[in-house]
Amino acid sequence: MLRFIIRRLLQLIPILLGLSVLLFAWLRALPGGPAQAALGERATAEDIARYNELFGLDQPLYVQYLRFLGRAVQLDFGTSNRTGRAVTTEFLERFPGTIELTLFAMVFAIGVGIPLGYLAARRYGGFLDSSSVIGSLLGVSIPVFFLAYLMRLVFAVELGWLPGSGRQEVRIDATRITNFYVLDGLMTREWDAAWSAFVHLILPGIALGTIPLAIIVRITRASVLDVVNEDYVRTANAKGLATATVRRRHIIRNALLPVSTTIGLQTGLLLSGAVLTETVFAFGGVGSALRDAITNRDFPVLQGFILMLAVVYVVVNLLVDISYGLLDPRVRVR
Amino acid sequence: MTSLGERKRDRIDMLAAQAGAVPTGEVGLSLTRSAFRRLRRDPVAIIGAVIVVVFLVVAAFAPLLAPKDPIAQYLLSEIRPGSIPGAREGFPLGVDNLGRDLLSRLIHGSRQSLLIGVVSTVLGVAAGMTLGILAGAFGGWVDTVVMRFVDILLSIPSLLMAITVSVLLGQNQWALMIAIAVTQVPIFARLLRGSMLAQRGSDYAVAARALGVRPARIVFGHVLPNSVSPVIVQATLSLATAIIEAAALSFLGLGDPDIARPEWGAMLASAQAYLSIRPWLAVWPAVCIIVVALGFTLLGERLREALDPKFRR
Amino acid sequence: MQRRPSRVLAATAAAATAVTLSACASSDRSTGTGGGEGQAASGGTLVFGAAGDPAMFDPAFGSDGETFRVARQMYEGLLTSEPGSTELVPELATDYEVSEDGLEYTFSLQEGVTFHDGTEFNAEAVCFNFDRWHNFEGLAQSPSASYYYQAVFGGFANSDNPGIYEGCEATDELTAVITLSSVTSKFPAALALPSFSMQSPEALQQYDADNLQGNEEDLSYSEYALEHPTGTGPFRFESWDRGNGEVTIVRNEDYWGEPAQLDEIIFRTISDGNTRRQELEAGSIDGYDFVAPADYQRLEDAGFQVLVRDPFNILYLAINHGQVPGSQANPLLQDPRVRQAIAHAVDRETIVNSLLPEGAEVATQFLPPTVDGWADDVTTYDYDPARARQLLTEANAVGTTLRFFYPTDVSRPYLPDPAAMFQVISEDLTEAGFVIQPTALPWNPDYLNVAQAGGTDIHLLGWTGDYNDAYNFIGTFFAEDQNNQASAEWGAFSQPDIFAALAAADSEPDASRRTELYQEANQLIMDFLPGLPISHSPPALVVADTVQGLEPSPLTAEDFSTVSIEG
Repeated sequence: MLRFIIRRLLQLIPILLGLSVLLFAWLRALPGGPAQAALGERATAEDIARYNELFGLDQPLYVQYLRFLGRAVQLDFGTSNRTGRAVTTEFLERFPGTIELTLFAMVFAIGVGIPLGYLAARRYGGFLDSSSVIGSLLGVSIPVFFLAYLMRLVFAVELGWLPGSGRQEVRIDATRITNFYVLDGLMTREWDAAWSAFVHLILPGIALGTIPLAIIVRITRASVLDVVNEDYVRTANAKGLATATVRRRHIIRNALLPVSTTIGLQTGLLLSGAVLTETVFAFGGVGSALRDAITNRDFPVLQGFILMLAVVYVVVNLLVDISYGLLDPRVRVR
Repeated sequence: MTSLGERKRDRIDMLAAQAGAVPTGEVGLSLTRSAFRRLRRDPVAIIGAVIVVVFLVVAAFAPLLAPKDPIAQYLLSEIRPGSIPGAREGFPLGVDNLGRDLLSRLIHGSRQSLLIGVVSTVLGVAAGMTLGILAGAFGGWVDTVVMRFVDILLSIPSLLMAITVSVLLGQNQWALMIAIAVTQVPIFARLLRGSMLAQRGSDYAVAARALGVRPARIVFGHVLPNSVSPVIVQATLSLATAIIEAAALSFLGLGDPDIARPEWGAMLASAQAYLSIRPWLAVWPAVCIIVVALGFTLLGERLREALDPKFRR
Repeated sequence: MQRRPSRVLAATAAAATAVTLSACASSDRSTGTGGGEGQAASGGTLVFGAAGDPAMFDPAFGSDGETFRVARQMYEGLLTSEPGSTELVPELATDYEVSEDGLEYTFSLQEGVTFHDGTEFNAEAVCFNFDRWHNFEGLAQSPSASYYYQAVFGGFANSDNPGIYEGCEATDELTAVITLSSVTSKFPAALALPSFSMQSPEALQQYDADNLQGNEEDLSYSEYALEHPTGTGPFRFESWDRGNGEVTIVRNEDYWGEPAQLDEIIFRTISDGNTRRQELEAGSIDGYDFVAPADYQRLEDAGFQVLVRDPFNILYLAINHGQVPGSQANPLLQDPRVRQAIAHAVDRETIVNSLLPEGAEVATQFLPPTVDGWADDVTTYDYDPARARQLLTEANAVGTTLRFFYPTDVSRPYLPDPAAMFQVISEDLTEAGFVIQPTALPWNPDYLNVAQAGGTDIHLLGWTGDYNDAYNFIGTFFAEDQNNQASAEWGAFSQPDIFAALAAADSEPDASRRTELYQEANQLIMDFLPGLPISHSPPALVVADTVQGLEPSPLTAEDFSTVSIEG
């Protein structure tokens, strides 16, 4: 097992290196290069020369790259053009929000998706089955931001049931410790703050969770259908095992294997889906910061955030792979 | 290779392997032919196909079908802040916030969506296939290098990738298409490589090699044609993704700068401001996007099942 | 105001070190969640939706509306504008006298005023502030930092042009005398701007206020500007949560005048206009600025109070005259007939009726009618597409391509929906025989950079007046620079008669004579037609029905100290 994990970790290295080359090349490829991007259109040749010297941009490319890499390893991506703050600081400040949101969305998608997919498979061809199939097809076809707008309009504005923007009611003067607002509220026993932060997750979380929900329903349904036709299930049934036992031990457990990989993949994707959802719900996470960076052409933030998000994405998938390896011994051997 | 990809790749590779599997079931009937036979009897596939065909026809004949000029601001002078005239004769779906005929804009918008979808998918397929063929045909270090590159591409979530490319290329239609295409490259590269590997080991390829047929001819004469069906399936599904992704990029302000040109994503994004006055301004383009994406998805999924020997009963 | 001076400003930078890191608990949870318990008067909390983040809180380095909005509540200047009007009235000065020659201003100061840190406000403090501005060095001199000081006084102690500030003398505890070297119509009107707010000398020094880092594009402000802004106003600074875009200010219990009613104001940044509206409707904010014209009616019907400001702005279509070195501007635009064709082609009446809020009007010149110097007899250019086509034919310019730039992701008081405005004008111009090549750029920094550097053929931009003075409009646009040209935004044209008229008016001490001179300048400008003035439109803010006492200001200079909230 340990060897498996080590092998996986080693495989990460070329990926991360490749990513860094890509993003390094990206800023270089901008018209006018990074100096122009930082100084603006009207920068004079001297300004640019001074900037280039200051940041070592007059050095050969490989030297520049190694420096970039050196700084990236220390999580130094420079400062935002807009706020002048360190990119990493901004990321760390906002990332907890996105994690909370992603977790909520995933819990929602799994909590609803697996039972729904299972029931659909059990009642194969029935009403629940066909409506969940149609629903999941619609779920992947609807533009997320439109769904988010609709949900906001209906549940936050017209009905007023749930808050439609922000991470917490601003009138609550909450203590910040970790920037995970729900957690902070629980830790400091500021129940109102924790509750408010939680309620603020509901609408964006559901909007964000729609696509994974649709996919999880589909995969669960398909794999349950696959499994019930497997020989071992037939054997178990033939042995006269209680239906409940068969379901628990054989069907659900085996059917969940492919589902768990989907969950991993989707968790990674949610991080980028958050760009749209967070924008609509004015949710102060990484996604809305990315969107601001796009509108303001804030290249250091774009570069740093994308690199860090990609790393997170890769690492999340690695973790899923490892846990999959724990669940299913066959994977380890490959 | 990274974990991430592992799963995404498994799916792609499975698809590839299906293509590699030489038909055995129905003697004398090619896989494709039998697949079509089954599709014709499948109501879901028919619905998907009808949607796709209608959409293609509308896009192709938009100027003939559209009752009005999609750019002319017919009723601008009747518009007041906070009130937009509703549907009336000549304007069956009403007009947008600048007095332009909504129906005509939707019809013309289909062109833009189709253009973005098709061009980006074609670019994605072309680049992806080239990489895949390179890797599959040469093997060895070429394979390693190409596939490592593809893995890196796969390790960036696709929307982030599209944003990156789009910001880099500046705001224009072509940038949008290339941005979406780039996200599709790794998918097609893996698909092609997998399918080539599967077929290189197949009996007919081995036989051809034994007969002294040149490798290039084996690739282009035998292996490639047999990889076509999974590519078609994936391309159909990719079209749906491309149309939705284009809408998302428009929403993020990375769309076509010529905003007068009708495009569903941009129409949807700009209609948000009038959601409370004229919700239909947003609902119609959204419905168009959903229906078309659904059409391509249904068709693609059923095509995949039809081509998958596992599903044959 | 509301626009960046040169290529800058947005750089709302902050020293990374000065920032409260996420890991640090920033607990100021004084009174539990209720807020305001145990205090004498409980005025509640007002949450106000702002369209953008403030840059920082040292108004001497500010020039954008969001920075000023917050600064106005915490700071006061010698003079201010009367709530709800553009009238100049005393604030920290009780009165002032001007010498015969218009060069010496004697300010009598309010007694018993202290800064938030307890420092006393007196004549010494006034002079300290003026001397501070005059002695800015290095980055502090860049237009991205001290735009307004430069615009009004012309230069610094240590710069090529020393400017018109001679000195400040504290003749006694409550009397400050400010001496200028030449007359300008901008002084003392400009003193009502937040940029000329009185700040605590103690705090400025203690927190190293003038220490700017970074570069012109990307300023990092001092600890003072980010964490310890210290004024005399009815509210004092509490905290700035940048991750969530929330600025909190609380009532100054020791205010010298009528204390504020509210306990606390939270300015919350919500950049999207629809979201702002929906948040108000959902009750999570109590008001917001920049109401979309389409929402006025709906919000009023729903029981909200839409507070419409008098129009004190101008939206124009700038035309590039192609004299900037290396300009790619279409040379045909130098032909007056082509510019006139543009003017006749655009249906400004329809624009005003269909895209702008009720109360908007077509602009005949680059000055709102309420400002002295507005002329009723300038050359006008009515909507006449046939005439436009004819002019184009005469100029042999049919089919001329115009690179038309417009901003994205922004809503300005004078330009609520840039995309719609662009499409309508674009369609009008196409109709008249132009070919439009559109370019959309994010407002800040790209759009402002390109527009102000003369990188377009035509573009949309505007201006909200800072104070009631014609020069603040037409002088800002068309005054000559050191190369005897107009600014790059207009393609640096040379029009000596316009330049001379503006300079003469600015330095005329007699008010009625000055008005006449400005009227002449306006006539010259509209004969020449450097660009097309489009409209003056009334921007609005909206508050919930529970909010009382907010007076809309034509200068967008609302004072929140008189605001109260029920419940």
